[in-house]
Amino acid sequence: MSTVAVIDYGMGNLHSVAKALEKVAQGKTRVVVSSDPAEVLKAGRVVLPGVGAIRDCMGEIKRLGFDEVVQKVVATGTPLLGVCVGMQALMDFSVENGGTECLGVLPGRVEFFGTDLTDPVSDEHLKVPHMGWNQVNQHQRHPMWAGIAQDSRFYFVHSYYVQPAGPEVIAASCNYGITFTAAVVRDNVFATQFHPEKSAHAGLKLYENFLNWNGKS
Amino acid sequence: MGLAKRIIPCLDVDNGRVVKGVKFVEIRDAGDPVEIARRYDAEGADEITFLDITASHHDRETMVHVVEQVASQVFIPLTVGGGIRKVEDVRRMLNAGADKVAINTAAVHNPEFVREAAEKFGSQCIVVAIDAKKVSGEGEPNRWEIFTHGGRKATGIDAIEWAKKMVAYGAGEILLTSMDRDGTKIGFDLELTRAICEAVTVPVIASGGVGNLEHLVDGVKEGHADAVLAASIFHFGEYSIEQAKRHMAAAGIEMRL
Repeated sequence: MSTVAVIDYGMGNLHSVAKALEKVAQGKTRVVVSSDPAEVLKAGRVVLPGVGAIRDCMGEIKRLGFDEVVQKVVATGTPLLGVCVGMQALMDFSVENGGTECLGVLPGRVEFFGTDLTDPVSDEHLKVPHMGWNQVNQHQRHPMWAGIAQDSRFYFVHSYYVQPAGPEVIAASCNYGITFTAAVVRDNVFATQFHPEKSAHAGLKLYENFLNWNGKS
Repeated sequence: MGLAKRIIPCLDVDNGRVVKGVKFVEIRDAGDPVEIARRYDAEGADEITFLDITASHHDRETMVHVVEQVASQVFIPLTVGGGIRKVEDVRRMLNAGADKVAINTAAVHNPEFVREAAEKFGSQCIVVAIDAKKVSGEGEPNRWEIFTHGGRKATGIDAIEWAKKMVAYGAGEILLTSMDRDGTKIGFDLELTRAICEAVTVPVIASGGVGNLEHLVDGVKEGHADAVLAASIFHFGEYSIEQAKRHMAAAGIEMRL
């Protein structure tokens, strides 16, 4: 039986990610939540979740040796899914916590929405964090979007967003005062700013697609 | 198109059972939080809030199991409030599968707790629940104060100042309940809602007083709330979540349908 490993580096809510994967795995894929680099490296698929502050996340990722694990997973072609701060951690650098070096798997930065975010149409002041269900506009056809309607709503909660160095890795975008990157993809790496495990049917479908994805577009 | 406004049904849980009488036709056991949460999810609830009203500290462990079970079957955001007093309480609920915790009385007694929890777990999971009551008289400028212990205990703290302070301490969201309106079914205190929404930079959930679907529309349009919370109109089967969402969408509010 194939295995999907959810990397446990002590930050945030892995329970929901694991339960959502179990729900769609239907016993065909084994779901393990692991803080053991060796076990993660053996898995056929890997999820890098994350909530909270980036500096603490990066600190724990490095302390437990998961920075090297992620690089190996990326290099070997194993499908990798980053979620929320797990997506942000894949970039080069985040402005959060006074500037934090990240894993550098994908070129680009993580920026702050700022405190003066306004809706360009209504001029209404927008709340930060961006919290709730927003529409995700798919930029490219990809197996991870299979069966998910264009502009489906997913659940977001974040104050920082990913700005890739180039547009070719943008898998989806979302509007909140500005247009920001909602998902990135490159080879065997896919990552979402939103939380699929909190996004009802559309989110579960994305996890199901991940369990069926061979890591190629 | 953009971010949708949210509808959040709220369930009061006492020792692992939903109280206040929920009436769903298909549900055999009306007090089972897991079954009710699943039903709300199926109807399109954007989030679910559980309020633990268990009196004894000993029985609070039950709530952890409730959250674990719900989080295993319902894949939308879950907030848990009631009895969150220590960093350890926050950790236990988040580990059980809650996405956010609502801190109320403990924030008033010890504001540093909010800061500590936000620093440890991130502002995104820290909701500060504010119970406010109007204290200004007729003809005076509006003034609301914070009350604790279910609205029985006055604190003398100004509600708007308190909301700002809690956001500065790291609250990622405000759950605002009007104690004047709670249980009245005559609608939100819209002046209070708007005053708090305009004072803070984080999302505000309006609560207290919903008696019909138009009240939900008012909460967003007049009160400027980012989300609306209601209990009884959904519990007693007067309206389904889906009906409520369609009604709000028809009034021109962006909803997830």
